[in-house]
Amino acid sequence: MLRFLATRLARALITIVMVVTFAFVVLRLSGDPALLIMSVDAPPEAIAAFRASWGLDDPLWQQYLKYFTAILHGDLGRSMRDGRDAIALVAERIPATLALTLPALAIKLSIGIPSGIYAALHRNSLTDRVVMGLAVLGFTVPSFVLGLLLVLVFAVQLGWLPSGGQDSWRHAILPVITLGAGGAAVLARFTRSAMLEVLGQPYIRTASAKGVPWRAVVRNHALPNAAIPTVTIIGFMVGSLIAGAVVVESVFSWPGVGRLLVVAVANRDLAVVQCILLLVAGTMVASNLVVDLLYGALDPRLRQARAGGAA
Amino acid sequence: MASDSLVSLRDLRVAFDGVPVLRGIDLDIPRGGAVGMVGESGCGKSVTWLAALGLLPGRARVTGGVHLDGANILGASPATLDRVRGGRVAMIFQDPASSLNPVHRLGTQVAEAVRLHRGVTGSAARAEARRLFDQVGIPDAARRLDAYPHELSGGQNQRVMIAMALAGQPELLVADEPTTALDVTIQAQILDLLNRLRRETGMALVLISHDLGVVSETCEDVAVMYAGRIVERASAANLFARPTHPYTQGLLAALPPLDGPKQRLAAIPGSVPDPRLMPAGCAFAPRCAHRTAACGAEVPRPVAIAPGHSAACLLTEAPELVEA
Amino acid sequence: MRDAGLLEAKDLVRRYSMRQGLLGRITEVTAVAGVSLALERGRTLGLVGESGCGKSTTGRMVLGLEVPDAGGVSFQGKPMPKPGTPAWRAMRARMQMVFQDPLGALDRRMTIAEQIAEPLVIHAIGNASERAARVESLLRDVGLRADQGSRYPHELSGGQRQRVVLARALATEPALLVCDEPISALDISIQAQVMNLLVELQAARGMAILFISHDLRAVRQVSDRVAVMYLGTIVEEGSPDALLHDPRHPYTRALVSAIPHPGKQGERIVLQGDPPNPAARPTGCAFHPRCPLASVQCRSETPTLRDDGADRRVACHHPHASPIAEAA
Repeated sequence: MLRFLATRLARALITIVMVVTFAFVVLRLSGDPALLIMSVDAPPEAIAAFRASWGLDDPLWQQYLKYFTAILHGDLGRSMRDGRDAIALVAERIPATLALTLPALAIKLSIGIPSGIYAALHRNSLTDRVVMGLAVLGFTVPSFVLGLLLVLVFAVQLGWLPSGGQDSWRHAILPVITLGAGGAAVLARFTRSAMLEVLGQPYIRTASAKGVPWRAVVRNHALPNAAIPTVTIIGFMVGSLIAGAVVVESVFSWPGVGRLLVVAVANRDLAVVQCILLLVAGTMVASNLVVDLLYGALDPRLRQARAGGAA
Repeated sequence: MASDSLVSLRDLRVAFDGVPVLRGIDLDIPRGGAVGMVGESGCGKSVTWLAALGLLPGRARVTGGVHLDGANILGASPATLDRVRGGRVAMIFQDPASSLNPVHRLGTQVAEAVRLHRGVTGSAARAEARRLFDQVGIPDAARRLDAYPHELSGGQNQRVMIAMALAGQPELLVADEPTTALDVTIQAQILDLLNRLRRETGMALVLISHDLGVVSETCEDVAVMYAGRIVERASAANLFARPTHPYTQGLLAALPPLDGPKQRLAAIPGSVPDPRLMPAGCAFAPRCAHRTAACGAEVPRPVAIAPGHSAACLLTEAPELVEA
Repeated sequence: MRDAGLLEAKDLVRRYSMRQGLLGRITEVTAVAGVSLALERGRTLGLVGESGCGKSTTGRMVLGLEVPDAGGVSFQGKPMPKPGTPAWRAMRARMQMVFQDPLGALDRRMTIAEQIAEPLVIHAIGNASERAARVESLLRDVGLRADQGSRYPHELSGGQRQRVVLARALATEPALLVCDEPISALDISIQAQVMNLLVELQAARGMAILFISHDLRAVRQVSDRVAVMYLGTIVEEGSPDALLHDPRHPYTRALVSAIPHPGKQGERIVLQGDPPNPAARPTGCAFHPRCPLASVQCRSETPTLRDDGADRRVACHHPHASPIAEAA
């Protein structure tokens, strides 16, 4: 067990380092923060001073080394725009993002999974086809299109709901729906195929042949097996709790981590971007780790090899 | 009329999406008896019992009568069927490793059957599961209760399936190719076990197999099936001493002999017809060396050859009699 | 007869490392623990055993698909080249394999004519029209019609597919055919057809066949000699009739007595326990935990395969002791 965790943690760390390095390099090669943050008419000495104070003139590898050592000391740098600690900046936005993504996750799970199960149990019926049709729509329509459509209908035309900002809980309704729709669709489809696969297995027939009532067969025999592949998808969804709302936050002007990222990238606010990316990579990797552990709990076959045929 | 039969199948027919797969099965299982059902793939031997127990998927159309102690259970309510399955008629299947739920412990799965049919719960159910494990000869029963299917061998898993089937104290056990996926020496163990259990509990047995030898050693009566019908029925001894239907003769001739000179096997030419393209009249006629023009005209009805021995072939000499 | 020797395998050993569990110890599994056999032109050697006995692994080593950890295989007097080398690739034309699952062995996207022709294409034999003619004649040889060449595997029955696999295996006129459970997945009447076909093809083409199966009846029908394997070694070897009527190794006796017989009523030897796990080999004779005749010697000393009379070899310390009634 220990060795398993150790290998996984090591891989996770390597992934995170790779993400951060990649971001570091690309950001610095793609534009000059000094020019973007200070306006174009700023005098050249001011720009030069800015660059010097942020160490932007040092060779790339030197900047990287400084950054890396700083991280190890817990210092993730400061925003170039307002000088505040990057960590503080990001941290104060997290609750706003979670205010969208957590309810959205709840929607995905509570709508996606039951629809998928129902569709599988009533395969080829009208309901099945309708649910699957909706699901296809759900995951092919990009979230910004859906978001804008919802705004158009509910905010502009009908005026029922506000179109942007974070002033009241009513402002959260449209973004949460937009976020939840795509995930619910994916989950519905996935759960359906996992269930169908399981329902075709011989042990389901055995359970019926034992006299287990059908509902109990589905609940006790089919679902636990269908959960195994479904957990992977849910793992992704949990992993993207922080990062998954970038587009939606932008469409709805929601002041969360996603919007901060967009603004910071546009400004080449290096420390902030890297901080967010570190956070995102960390969340994803942690959630994958949890999923791996969960597999072991859900599927006894993964826990140990066959003990062998000795009687 | 065999009114004291435990189970009677009357003109049982099954069609999948309009294609007939079972074309009228009449069969009686006496209490405590052992009946073998033999045939090659597609003959319907498994479908017969899946249909009888209502285990076929929804798109199957099943008609006819399935009488358990006189009462017709075909099309009965789900609640009734759930009581019958496992409680009065139990069924075990071919590949024990995939017929057991991989995420539940074996003891739990057996205890589930005990709880459903014996009204016992908790530790009493577990104790009974343990006793069943002992009865079917699983060594180290206490530890095996907590094991998962993938931790046991094929033979042991089949024993667990049998234990699970016995949990409801059924009057009939239908074993669908129980040893096909197992090694020959383990097959011998399982057949031995089934015989012993029959003696101990007095339960009836239906053994479905493609292997004539397996069926002959374990069963008193044998029904040979081809293309959805029973083509010959006899006691095990008579079937092998005087096989009458050309298909039965062909099956026996296709078995490589264990002694005598090595010769070319008298293999039945051709193969089993596609159920969608079933020939008119006798389904076996196209492959039969003795066919006549009349064979393609009508489906032969069973003709009695001797008491308890009938064959559905126009060429048997006995006068037309429906098997009583 | 030994001068007609085509292939000789001496003291083959094959081990695998298996990791137990998610992160557990590495155990070494000995799949084949010292097997020697000889194949002669135009003759069939049957290899019989149950799961885990190593017969399939032996078959693969004989073909050169796996390299033995010890011992060697020589084909027509020359040692078997390593897999992947050009010499080895050229040798594929001389030896072929037929597997248990005919559907799995065929590509569903190619017509059967294309698949039968494929070995000819790979080894650059003949031009297009010569190959087409050859495919037609092969189809006929295996009992299929030429027009069936344009079909796809899923349009054929199990028996027909196995015939296609055979035709493909014969395309390059191999000297050796290794058949690993070629008939177990087929219906009884189709098994008989395929067995007849194998015997016919061998008589017509003079190839050697290694027939691997768990079915003693089939092995007797098709083979000139039989070797019985248990947990990686050969425990008995001889002519099929002799083995069936006078089995000397206790395992062979159990195997013979376990054969289901229509009309048989006699006593049968029922072995206790399960087929053994190659990862946990017993000491001494591998069969001793299940052997009704096991003695102290059996627990400590591994018996070697020794001559036991004319044309018979047995690996047992007590090959003639028999307290159990023999089953006919």
